[in-house]
Amino acid sequence: MALIKVTIDGIETQVEEGTSILNAARSIGGKIVPPAMCYYSSLKGSGGKCRTCLVKVTQGSEKDPRPMPKLVASCSTNVMDGMVVENTASQDVIDARKSIVEMLLVNHPLDCPVCDQAGECSLQDLSYEHGLSTTRYEFERRKFDPIDIGDHIKLHMNRCILCYRCLMVGDQLTNEREHGIIGRGDHAEISTYLEKSVDNEFSGNVIDVCPVGALTDRTFRFKSRVWFSKPLNAHRECTTDKCSGKSVLWMSDNDVLRVTARKDQNNEVKEFICNTCRFDKKDVKDWVIEGPAHISRDSVISQNHYELPITHKYKALENTAKPQ
Amino acid sequence: MQSLTNRSKIVSNKKMTFSESIYLVAILKGMFITIQHFFKKKVTLDYPKMKKPVVANYRGQHILKRDDQGAERCTACGLCAVACPAEAITMVAAERKKGEENLYREEKYASMYEINMLRCIFCGLCEEACPKEAIFLTDMIVSPDQQRDKFIYGKDILVEKMEKRYDTSKRQKHLLEK
Repeated sequence: MALIKVTIDGIETQVEEGTSILNAARSIGGKIVPPAMCYYSSLKGSGGKCRTCLVKVTQGSEKDPRPMPKLVASCSTNVMDGMVVENTASQDVIDARKSIVEMLLVNHPLDCPVCDQAGECSLQDLSYEHGLSTTRYEFERRKFDPIDIGDHIKLHMNRCILCYRCLMVGDQLTNEREHGIIGRGDHAEISTYLEKSVDNEFSGNVIDVCPVGALTDRTFRFKSRVWFSKPLNAHRECTTDKCSGKSVLWMSDNDVLRVTARKDQNNEVKEFICNTCRFDKKDVKDWVIEGPAHISRDSVISQNHYELPITHKYKALENTAKPQ
Repeated sequence: MQSLTNRSKIVSNKKMTFSESIYLVAILKGMFITIQHFFKKKVTLDYPKMKKPVVANYRGQHILKRDDQGAERCTACGLCAVACPAEAITMVAAERKKGEENLYREEKYASMYEINMLRCIFCGLCEEACPKEAIFLTDMIVSPDQQRDKFIYGKDILVEKMEKRYDTSKRQKHLLEK
């Protein structure tokens, strides 16, 4: 595949043809990566819905150097040879992102003190960086009662930003999707018809892909705040087909409070895990512990998180781990 | 030896005269100073009958406020515990059940909330961190005790009593001005 040249915020890079601007920016990394609430690289067809990744294209390509007339969604626009893109360098982009955060928060209840996602929530990070500290919205926000989707998942429709990621997990990871979006526009909501439970072996992954606290783990509900538990990388031999068995255990002392899949630097899961690993293996002895999970220093949950080699305490536990 | 200040006195070994050796003048002089103090203003207070006035933002014992309907404001978000530099605060969250809406304001509440008053340095960061205006420091003084474990204050002490409400409006005003 031919490599083409693209400049993002003054940094030049070469990417393959057919790469989106967002992925080109991610290949550079750092502050210039546009935030994304709906795009998920491991889910086909995701992106283009939330508009947080809007960027300005100041030069379309080498051959046609005219700028693009409007801001474009970087997750669904492909790069051209010689394209010049401005993300944080452009005031237009920063202003647009501010308005988009405001739009996303129009119906958001801002119940972060109650929400289990607080501390690892993309919307929280986004609004902290780009949002206003006040709201101009005067009308009543739409309200739904929390629903239990099956034994393990809780749906708080109030917090949903309609990114459609969880539907793609349903379509692409499992054989049969059991939930969908009903209604249109302001009335759109995630639902399982007649509150039918979602019980698929991979349904738990909707918790990880959800950028906000709309889908949360019922087995972890109100157990602990994210920043009080210690994340450890661990793996186990899982017999479920397609399950990687690689996960993060969120520990408090020697108790496993919850199990999640591993997220990369873009906050995305590449290797999904099955529900057995996620919900049923809540004993350290089920797992082979590798060491503390990496948490970015910028993250709010990095406080009191030390990435030291495995302590003797966990080593001792590892030796007693039973082979599965 | 050269003296560091010019206030030093040279000690002499001279013999006392008779009037000096009976100490009468010295004793009277000393008693005069003592008696003088009877007529001066007292520097001590008759605590606990009398209390010294304190400023509006005095940082004493904590209180967990209830709202106007009497429901607990604290939602166990853990921000006070993470803000606490002395790590004095611990809590356990629980989910509110149906029918408990008049007890707890939010869907989550603290089933256990403890402050170790021996660890606490009364810096007031918990009060600043609280997003629900639940925890406040008051002008109450933490009472002394002889057992160390008595200083771990649970919800029974910290939560505001309905029959003895504590007014934090002055305090809130002060925080807002800051």
